[in-house]
Amino acid sequence: MKLTVEGLNSHYGPAHILFDIGFEVGEGEVVALLGRNGAGKSTTFRSIVGLVAQRSGRITFEGKDVSAKPTHEIVREGLGYVPEERRIFTDLTVEENLEVGKQPKRPNAPYWTREKLFALFPNLGEMKNRPGGRMSGGEQQMLTIARTLMGNPSLVLLDEPSEGLSPKIVEQMVDAILTMKKEGVSIVVSEQNLHFARLISDRAYIIERGRICFGGTMAELDARPDIRDAHLSL
Amino acid sequence: MAFYVVQFLTGLASAASLFLVASGLSIIFGVTRIVNFAHGAFYMIGAYIAFTLTERLSGAFGFWGSIVLAALAVALIGVLVEMVLLRRIYHAPELFQLLATFGLTLMVEDLVVLIWGPDDLVGRRAPGFKGAVDFFGQNIPSYDLFLIALGPVVLGILWLLFQRTRWGVLVRAATQDRDMVAALGVNQKWLFTSVFAVGVFLAALGGALQIPRDAVHHAMDLRIIVEVFVVVVIGGLGSIVGAFVAAVLVSELNAFGILIFPKISIILVFLVMAVVLIVRPWGLFGKPEAAARKTPGLTVNPWRPLTSNERLASLAALVVAAMLPLFAGNYALTVGSEIAIFVIFAVSLHFLMSVGGLASFGHAAYFGLGAYGVAFLAKMAGLPMIVCLLLGPLLGCMGAAVFGFFAVQLSGVYFAMLTLAFAQIVWSIAFQWVSVTGGDNGILGIWPEKWAASPSHFYWLALGVAALVTIALRAMVFSPFGYALRATRDSLLRSEAIGINAKRIQWTAFVIAGTTAGIGGALFAYLKGSVFPDNLGISLSVDALVMVLLGGVETVSGAVVGAIVYKALNIWLVSQTDLSKLVLGGFIMLIVVVFPKGIVGVLEMLAQRRRKASPPGSPLIAKPIESAE
Repeated sequence: MKLTVEGLNSHYGPAHILFDIGFEVGEGEVVALLGRNGAGKSTTFRSIVGLVAQRSGRITFEGKDVSAKPTHEIVREGLGYVPEERRIFTDLTVEENLEVGKQPKRPNAPYWTREKLFALFPNLGEMKNRPGGRMSGGEQQMLTIARTLMGNPSLVLLDEPSEGLSPKIVEQMVDAILTMKKEGVSIVVSEQNLHFARLISDRAYIIERGRICFGGTMAELDARPDIRDAHLSL
Repeated sequence: MAFYVVQFLTGLASAASLFLVASGLSIIFGVTRIVNFAHGAFYMIGAYIAFTLTERLSGAFGFWGSIVLAALAVALIGVLVEMVLLRRIYHAPELFQLLATFGLTLMVEDLVVLIWGPDDLVGRRAPGFKGAVDFFGQNIPSYDLFLIALGPVVLGILWLLFQRTRWGVLVRAATQDRDMVAALGVNQKWLFTSVFAVGVFLAALGGALQIPRDAVHHAMDLRIIVEVFVVVVIGGLGSIVGAFVAAVLVSELNAFGILIFPKISIILVFLVMAVVLIVRPWGLFGKPEAAARKTPGLTVNPWRPLTSNERLASLAALVVAAMLPLFAGNYALTVGSEIAIFVIFAVSLHFLMSVGGLASFGHAAYFGLGAYGVAFLAKMAGLPMIVCLLLGPLLGCMGAAVFGFFAVQLSGVYFAMLTLAFAQIVWSIAFQWVSVTGGDNGILGIWPEKWAASPSHFYWLALGVAALVTIALRAMVFSPFGYALRATRDSLLRSEAIGINAKRIQWTAFVIAGTTAGIGGALFAYLKGSVFPDNLGISLSVDALVMVLLGGVETVSGAVVGAIVYKALNIWLVSQTDLSKLVLGGFIMLIVVVFPKGIVGVLEMLAQRRRKASPPGSPLIAKPIESAE
């Protein structure tokens, strides 16, 4: 398995947010983590990369237990994270944003250069010196993904990449994710939008109130409209 | 005309050091969000080490080598401080960070006296810059011209460093979003350490470069830090260009202010600062801060009024305290009076800081103003004691009304820096306006009248006032005004959205706290029989902060306990050792790092644990947190 999460519990202060979350991602797989607003998708991702301080459970990445490691070490293992709110460095140019994400080449992961990324996201190539704060939402979303890819991850956690984007940009996003998959990057993508998830994912988990309540292939999910309707707003 | 040009150039030369120190402070703040109070201390150590090295190493290379070597050595000390102290408190509220670095400053002040002695040290002249240049009959030291050129050069180097290197890009990214930088695989720890080292290097270089111009002495840290705070507030915290422009502005105001108001030149600088803050509260080149982090409070425990049992216990404690004259001698009663007065002072700050969320670093100003108010009324107007006691605090009230109006426009560290700067103005006026305040000699002979003259009577008076003040402020916490104030503390935006006039509420709280502090100061003047500028000095302001912290910031009345414990400890300590600042500084750092909830906070938590079987997740002792929200 590429990534295994077992018994993940997270707290924000006194509030218990995640309850025994468990899921796995295979080599080269695209897995969707589906759920409504506030279900715990982002907290799951943040917990995996160590951005939630109060967490317990076991996270195994490429056979190594990374649960106790600080964020930057987890990321340097090749586990990339694209946050939901984009979190572009608004004062930095596109080039500089990419520079922050830059990490050395990794033997078991595709190697991304600026040129390759500008080919993947042509819009970015046209605004190399534009400050991140003066880009549209869609361009910023592309930049966050490109920035994470500069770290040459072998797996990427993509937090709601389609959120708030126009249909045309969403289409580009689907293409980009499929390209990443083709290059050999494993992907976990959190989504509220089932249609978007269906276009890219091999399997899906559904998370509701901090608990995983379904796991299976997209076909299995389609065979259970009751689950779909109970846990996902369509 | 030539005279004014020379004056202008002298101002520019002074700006160089000020810019170095201020840019260092700005860079450190930008990334770590810590306002490094110890920056002045690093500046001072830089000067002392440079002095020692230039005495040992000879020749031109020896002098310049010494300057750079001194700055590097201090940068190394900075790295140690960052790794041992600051790494533990990055996620603590900013007040704790200011206090911890202040504790460090106190320790350094005693340490430099231990190592280098208390006397002023006059350093060597710089080789090659010993003479002066003639300018239309006026002399300009050539070293000044060197400094004038150095400022822009350093600005240029810093600009290149931040714009053209990967390190600079990472630092700028971390300035905006630290967690995101970590989430991209950058080790924040070393980034922070390196940033701190660069900032401290700049401060130490600023200090080392001063030795051919000024004598090295053990109080230079506070003088520079106040000026630096003013510079970064005007220029905008986090902006290097802002630091440069503001350093020039402040230095020129100082240079020409001397000509206009020779006695109180510092006022001019503060007037300019006030104007800047009204027009652009985040400084000339700064950016508006995003929603500030909550200032006090590590966790939220709803406050509640005392239960009837607790009320009885408090009353019993008061009765026991009132019985002190039955068995204690005069010295103990005088100490008791002083402690009671400091209870008043501490609860006034606690009200502003814990209830209002406004951590003032210059609260002694209003305490001292109350004392001076009494002194003026008693000595100049010859009014009876009771009238003086009632009217004296009004001076504190007026001071708080004026300064508070500006201060509440800001929040967080800006608020802390501004209140500190205001307190320094008041101190400077008291110190420099000799004809009215007596300057350093103070105002003497303010003795209580017969009815309050005996130590026991005065003790009862102080105790009674302290009890009344504490009860009144407590009642206010649980009044509608208190609710509104706490709402502005917890969320400024939401409180405004439900129709609370936040600024006015905070201003009112500031005036209440200042007036209450003035009451303490008024009693203090009668206790000591005299008033000195130190009664409104920084160290007194910090005493108050430590009392509040020691008692517990999150408690309703922890300051009472904090004041009693701290003041008793302090009086005992001063009688025991000459190195009281060293011990006190260490003590402050200890509280901040291992004991952030204070005495009352810990007691409350223990009581709560006993009441509930299952303890809430909050640990008793703050641990270094790798990364949190």
